[in-house]
Amino acid sequence: MSLSIEEVRHIARLARIELTDADAHATQAKLNGIFGLIEQMQAVDTAGVEPMSHPQDLATRLRADAVSESDRRDAFQRIAPQTENGLYLVPKVIE
Amino acid sequence: MINAPLSELRRALDAREISAVELASLFLDRIEAANPALNAFITVDRDGALAAAREADARIAAGTAGPLTGIPLAHKDVFCTEGVLTSCGSKMLANFVSPYDAHVVTLLKNAGTVMLGKTNMDEFAMGSSNENSHYGPAKNPWDNTRIPGGSSGGSAVAVAARLAPIATGTDTGGSVRQPAALTGVTGIKPTYGVCSRYGMVAYASSLDQAGAFGASAADCAALLTAMAGFDARDSTSLERPAEDYSRDLDKPLAGLRIGLPREFFGPGMADDVRAAVDAALAEYRKLGATTVDVSLPNAQLAIPAYYVIAPAEASSNLSRFDGVRYGHRAAEYGDLADMYEKSRAQGFGAEVKRRILVGTYVLSHGYYDAYYLKAQKLRRLIAEDFRAAFTQCDVIAGPTSPTTAWAIGEKSDDPVQMYLSDIYTIAVNLAGLPGLSHPAGFGTGGLPVGLQLIGDYFAEGRLLNAAHRFQQATDWHTRRPAAFA
Repeated sequence: MSLSIEEVRHIARLARIELTDADAHATQAKLNGIFGLIEQMQAVDTAGVEPMSHPQDLATRLRADAVSESDRRDAFQRIAPQTENGLYLVPKVIE
Repeated sequence: MINAPLSELRRALDAREISAVELASLFLDRIEAANPALNAFITVDRDGALAAAREADARIAAGTAGPLTGIPLAHKDVFCTEGVLTSCGSKMLANFVSPYDAHVVTLLKNAGTVMLGKTNMDEFAMGSSNENSHYGPAKNPWDNTRIPGGSSGGSAVAVAARLAPIATGTDTGGSVRQPAALTGVTGIKPTYGVCSRYGMVAYASSLDQAGAFGASAADCAALLTAMAGFDARDSTSLERPAEDYSRDLDKPLAGLRIGLPREFFGPGMADDVRAAVDAALAEYRKLGATTVDVSLPNAQLAIPAYYVIAPAEASSNLSRFDGVRYGHRAAEYGDLADMYEKSRAQGFGAEVKRRILVGTYVLSHGYYDAYYLKAQKLRRLIAEDFRAAFTQCDVIAGPTSPTTAWAIGEKSDDPVQMYLSDIYTIAVNLAGLPGLSHPAGFGTGGLPVGLQLIGDYFAEGRLLNAAHRFQQATDWHTRRPAAFA
């Protein structure tokens, strides 16, 4: 498997990471090296093997439907890049 | 006092031979003197440490001290610490003063420990050499032209150079055990789910697990005992009764069956590492253990499977860094998408970006089954290999790392070569098993070699017991780098 430069750009867009033209080719080469390593997986027959997501195969724990957090808005917004009147500010998305 | 084990520090504190404030000052002064050369700490919190030490002294005076009250320690900068910078080794979080504590940090605060500062690490815990830190690499105290290992390199260096008696770390693919091996200290990663992940900046959630560094297995046992425990705020935390990991330290090793996986003793291991590992195994036999050959036939699949699962989970976890609620935001941008793309391009380093891109690809439409699901099936095969091996043995032993510490810059431009250095540690994370590395001697150039012990689920006590008995019979773990003795 080998990623084309267009595919690399597409993935970067999906990941919301700006990729300059200068970086795109170096990134492509490194990603293809990594996928060369990953492709070794395909040689193994895993038919009938159950995927493993958690070593203990835990069921998700349930809790009571009750408020468990206190309101710490001010503390959390103090470290935000831009806020106003308790709101996080971002560039306008709807004209 | 600098080289004293925790038991001796406890005795001296309780006997009022030294106060917690004096002890903290001793280590803070060492950090001040050594950190410019070692870069082990990203943040040193002298004021916070002295305040915590004064509280510890009050507890000692009141007779309410616990086993770790007044003991200085360092936290890997992946753990959120309220009011203290939590950078995770990244430019993305270079301005992130956490508004809350990680669960592990809370437990250790309540135990009365004195946090000296936050240690250097590969950005977002992604790396095996510490070179991926936004703050520059931590240096190996045995040879400061060499890497200390990663990703918890700063914590390993802090303990190795005695800038802190104990330190926390995290281990997603070997990030406690490998730096412990390369710097000549002891490190343990418990069974997945034993320590809460709450407030640990997430990398690969199904693999991330907190661990402990110390000069000895006994010190690691004391730290792990205080760090472990169920926490409802971590959805994968295990509901188990609290355990005293020190309780079995002195048990004799007679009858202990040590499995040696033939896949861990193949041609990939450097000769000097092999010699030290073989000598350590001979020592274990002298202590009454027997060794038995076992096989982990799918071990070679661990690295490819890991480099699907970990990046996939990372791409999802790191999507939270968007320049909106906290962390880096680009100074100039156009629309919202441009703000995201520029903030993330500037805030993340090269390796983190690569792993996000790999993860984004393997999770993208049409590829999920071929990559993520396939890797999870391999993960099952790897876990089953261990299960089969543990029918023949009590613990598994082998090298922690195929080589001793390499030169700074040697592998930093070749991600695949870097990934292969974790060949012996990654399978343990995929299976979710506990693993420990302890000093086993020295290789070429006087660089430390680590022996890895792997246990069945919840066999932390057994691993610490084996390592402790080994350390009672040997003195590798007491050796200190000359410049920091």
